[in-house]
Amino acid sequence: MTATPSELLAVMASRELRDDTTVFAGVGVPLLAAALAQQRQAPRLTMVIEGGIIGPRIRPGRLPISTNEMRAAHRAQMLPGITDTFLFAQRGFLDYGFMGGAQIDQYGNVNTSVLGGDYWKPKVRLPGTGGANDIASLCKEVIIVTAHEARRFVPKVDFVTSPAWRDGGDSRRRSGLLFGGVSRVVTTLGIFGFEPESRRMRLEALHPGVTRAEVQAHTGFPLLDAPHVTATAPPTPDELDMLRALDPERRFLG
Amino acid sequence: MGDPDLRASEWDFVAARRRLESKAKSAGEKLTSIEDAGSRVADADRIAVGGCLFSRTPMALIREILRQRRHGLTLVRNLMCTEGEFMMVAGAVERVMTAWMSIGLPWGVSKIMRHYVESGAVALEEWSHLALGLRFRAAAMGVPFLPALTMLGSDLVGVGGMKTVTDPYSGESLAAVPALFPDVAVLHVHRADRFGNCQIDGYPHMDADIARAAATVLVTAEEIIGEDETRRHPDRTVIPGFVVDALVHVPFGSYPHECYGLYEADYDHFAAYTTAIDARGPAAVTDYLDRYVFAPAGFDDYLALFGGERLATQQRLARELTA
Repeated sequence: MTATPSELLAVMASRELRDDTTVFAGVGVPLLAAALAQQRQAPRLTMVIEGGIIGPRIRPGRLPISTNEMRAAHRAQMLPGITDTFLFAQRGFLDYGFMGGAQIDQYGNVNTSVLGGDYWKPKVRLPGTGGANDIASLCKEVIIVTAHEARRFVPKVDFVTSPAWRDGGDSRRRSGLLFGGVSRVVTTLGIFGFEPESRRMRLEALHPGVTRAEVQAHTGFPLLDAPHVTATAPPTPDELDMLRALDPERRFLG
Repeated sequence: MGDPDLRASEWDFVAARRRLESKAKSAGEKLTSIEDAGSRVADADRIAVGGCLFSRTPMALIREILRQRRHGLTLVRNLMCTEGEFMMVAGAVERVMTAWMSIGLPWGVSKIMRHYVESGAVALEEWSHLALGLRFRAAAMGVPFLPALTMLGSDLVGVGGMKTVTDPYSGESLAAVPALFPDVAVLHVHRADRFGNCQIDGYPHMDADIARAAATVLVTAEEIIGEDETRRHPDRTVIPGFVVDALVHVPFGSYPHECYGLYEADYDHFAAYTTAIDARGPAAVTDYLDRYVFAPAGFDDYLALFGGERLATQQRLARELTA
């Protein structure tokens, strides 16, 4: 079974989630990753969705396309309202947050606001933060899940919508963010982390068949290497079967 | 980057409180016509819109505001959808304050938003989703700001002009998320009695905070219930009658957006709408507004454009999804 890029992302992201934890998940691949983790290593994982949803179930064939519609609340345990949902994260109840982004820099900062030009008259206006800034600020650990493309992985984002390690070192803490930070970047080419001192992005593991040179060629800044760069295990038939059963219409799996 | 200092009227809790003190807070009749409710909106008002994205959007009130040709408005909504596009194309709005604007993942980045914001015609003031929620909550609480741990260290701070505050206990620097007192709140709820006591099913979104934050509150309801019904289940009331200024009975008042448990959003309608925009840009929305907002004489005429069969299908889907 060959995995599509979205399937690869969902499987690799799902493996990052431990049992007895909570995850802030957006719709699409992050939600599928969380649901897959629940079926495998993390049966006691609770999903939380931005639209104000705690503990929903995924209904195959009726996947939500936004974080605040009926489909997203399927068999949920609680609908606390949006503000209070985020306040669970501010209190420290959210272990993981999933995030994507149009631009990601070497310190893990994400831009989903504007590309080029002046903020008030940008070259390209993107939809905006939604809850990403809050997830980046308030979850214990943030996992970025994204396609790996050179135009996305830039030395410096045009606009910091969602801060990770800001300008490196202890600048996140100095900017007033007391908690959290991006721990992992899961891409279509590999798994990345951050060097503990400089907070610069480094390669942790390569996906099957991917070379380091290939990763660097698709990254707009020089990548560091973890002390022991490993190889990820390919998605198993079991993982892919479960994942495909969650999205039989292939709305998000490509 | 531009530097729009916070407008004092957004966070001035003293002025907001005086405004509320000077206003009637009646336990009396609130039922009125959509035209009368819409007429409570003035040019240049700051309007907070209830619901979220395509969920429980007060579409009947949005249509009425457009029909009354208001302009110079500031529209505030945590996640903005087609209603924001309508306001932009109609020339009703000069600023939107939001955390996110487009329709939904399958339809990509809003081309209408891009057109109006990239040309500088409309200012998009971006706040984080929680920050907007806390802005409404601070106003609902009657205080000038709330301390928070979000939005710090991001470039969003410079966009809206948020300041920080030093915690007098720990000495830590926190976000001082400013209150946002809207002139008008427009909300759609599941049911209300004629005195304006409102009930909401499913997602609460930010409606209860928005209602308390605003100077004037306009509500449409799917159903008008008897006073006895309110008094039998007072725990279901999320907005008390004395907060509400005008109430209109509008079944399908969010359509083509969803109303939890009652009807699902009309995704085919969104697809046709965005396909027309892909082909013809903002002119497609101008035509859409002519057909769906300005031409129909009443809301029933508007619903007739979708057809009873379609509405029944969306009702059935909602029942299935919440069964």
